[in-house]
Amino acid sequence: MSILEVENIGKRFGGLKALDNVNLSIKEGTVHALIGPNGAGKSTLLNVLVGKLVPDTGSVMFDGQSVLGRAPHEINQMGISRVFQTPEIFGDLSVMENMMIPCFAKRDGSFRMHALERMMDEKQIVASAEEMLVEMNMIDKREMHAAAMSRGDKRRLEIGMCLAQQPRLLLLDEPTAGMARADTNNTIDLLRQISEERDITIVIIEHDMHVVFSLAQRITVLAQGTPLVEDTPDNIKGHPKVREAYLGETAV
Amino acid sequence: MLGLNKRDTSFLIIVILLTMFTPFLMQPFSEGSAMAQFNGGYPDLMAKVAIFGIFAMGFNILFGLTGYLSFGHAAFLGVGSYSAVWMFKLLTLNVFPAIILSVIVAGLFSLLIGYISLRRSGIYFSILTLAMAEMSYRLAYSVFTPLTNGETGLQLRPGDPRILDAADASRYPNLFGLELSTSYKLEVLNHVFTFNVGFYFCAVIAIIAFYLTLRIFRSPFGMMLRAVKSNQNRMSFTGLNPRPYTLAAFVISGMYAGLAGGLLAVMDPLAGAERMQWTVGGEVVIMTILGGAGTLLGPVLGAGAIKYLENIFSKINETVLHSWFSFMPDGMEDVVVSFFAFFTGKGWALTLGLMFMLVVTFLPGGLVEGGQRIWNKIRRKKPDTPNNNPAE
Ligand SMILES: Nc1ncnc2c1ncn2[C@@H]1O[C@H](COP(=O)(O)OP(=O)(O)O)[C@@H](O)[C@H]1O
Ligand SMILES: [Mg+2]
Repeated sequence: MSILEVENIGKRFGGLKALDNVNLSIKEGTVHALIGPNGAGKSTLLNVLVGKLVPDTGSVMFDGQSVLGRAPHEINQMGISRVFQTPEIFGDLSVMENMMIPCFAKRDGSFRMHALERMMDEKQIVASAEEMLVEMNMIDKREMHAAAMSRGDKRRLEIGMCLAQQPRLLLLDEPTAGMARADTNNTIDLLRQISEERDITIVIIEHDMHVVFSLAQRITVLAQGTPLVEDTPDNIKGHPKVREAYLGETAV
Repeated sequence: MLGLNKRDTSFLIIVILLTMFTPFLMQPFSEGSAMAQFNGGYPDLMAKVAIFGIFAMGFNILFGLTGYLSFGHAAFLGVGSYSAVWMFKLLTLNVFPAIILSVIVAGLFSLLIGYISLRRSGIYFSILTLAMAEMSYRLAYSVFTPLTNGETGLQLRPGDPRILDAADASRYPNLFGLELSTSYKLEVLNHVFTFNVGFYFCAVIAIIAFYLTLRIFRSPFGMMLRAVKSNQNRMSFTGLNPRPYTLAAFVISGMYAGLAGGLLAVMDPLAGAERMQWTVGGEVVIMTILGGAGTLLGPVLGAGAIKYLENIFSKINETVLHSWFSFMPDGMEDVVVSFFAFFTGKGWALTLGLMFMLVVTFLPGGLVEGGQRIWNKIRRKKPDTPNNNPAE
């Protein structure tokens, strides 16, 4: 069963067709990779999915409900979380606070007036935030200023923040860019473990083919705003069109 | 204690002690000495420090935590004052109904203005609040004169209905019968200390306001407000709607401003539209930044420093300056006096501006940062001295 149905999405920026008649169906419980050269429209597609951009044409259905026209926080509350290409975290807050916020959002919804409640009484929230930090292997950094961390750590924190929300669909935009090799491998292990153990669907944009082929069950190749092919990793590897449009370009 | 951890409890106790002993602390110089003019222990000034402290504390909840810079909070201060005076006129001179109404009316008014202004952020938000406040100020002089009594200002009159205590001939607000203007004087060793009911009333309210601020800062809500300032994008993509959080912060700070306005009317039952002018809204911005935006104590320190210095500097007129510099040769004396006259008396605003520039440039964290730097130096120096002693 597909959890996400993208139909006929088109988006222009002035004269540029960033997305052109995009059709995509993501099967529930899979890891689906989006690859394609820079400027292919991968991030733009995610922007449409999370409500950051309104497309000119087409429809997006998540679990049978339309996503278009909803505010980003509403879409997130439907169960879609996203890791951005450049880390979006709360730089002025501590790592622990960064992790607690999605836990609050998960429990309390988009707004709650808890002005006189005490942080120390939020034992459940503290516990799940700590658990997630342990899982992300960053519990020793809990009191650190999030802005002071390395790029790779920021990204892992952001992934952890998204996972803390227990989303049904996780969108990852180049999650291993700027990460050291060891961290990349840890992230691959973590994502694989998550996708196996939890009821979660993952859409991952990635340039690192090692990551793509270790994780993905399906791959869609996007070029100039349009999907070229969609297939299994094994078939994609040998596909002539892909070599031409994507692997060919990276060689240049 | 009171839902605070140990550190915050001792912090609160220190603040309570400092507030309660203000009549001593602000009166360090003995009567008749040359320094006596720098004493600040008058009930009026001390109450102003407490009141503007409340104003700045509330402003800090909006500006310090969420980063939304409002230039329009004077409007809520003014509305608070008008509400309090109306309560005195119509119901009773007891202070409680008055300040309760101030808080409620300012809360509703800030809900309206916040709802409109918060559709924008950054500089557009600031300009919108400024425009709204200026509009309120103009309206207070024109359309709303039946409510505000225009330029004369709203004041108590012998014919006021005062449903609950019409029989009482008094003209001063009271605390269940105890007039707020009542003062007790204590003379020890050439010092005169004044204990005024009005000041202590404001001080107790300020302490309660501080306690609430502390709780808000430490609450999950306070953390969400800091999240708004830090990254609104991440917030909405984490399923949180920043708008109601900023609106709630706006209304809370508006209620603090209304409370401060009510207390101004309690100390002096007269409300005029000049309290709503944008300069007053600018003053609270300066107090907050000067003391340290986003810190707990900063805004109160900023309010205290500015109100105290304003009082001292405005009193220094040319006559006072001449008496200071009379030891100089005549020609030189005149030059020096006319130079300092720029910065004192009516020129106080210039001094304030310079002070603000210096703090923003060299101490972006305000007085609190200055205090922390000094404290760190003192603490670090001691164990370090044996090792890095360059004189050896
Ligand atoms: N907000 C925007 N305004 C104008 N052009 C944009 C905007 N966002 C993306 N684009 C353009 O759309 C194209 C696709 O960009 P993007 O989706 O970021 O590519 P990818 O993520 O695949 O590298 C690029 O040519 C980019 O310059
Ligand atoms: Mg991209």
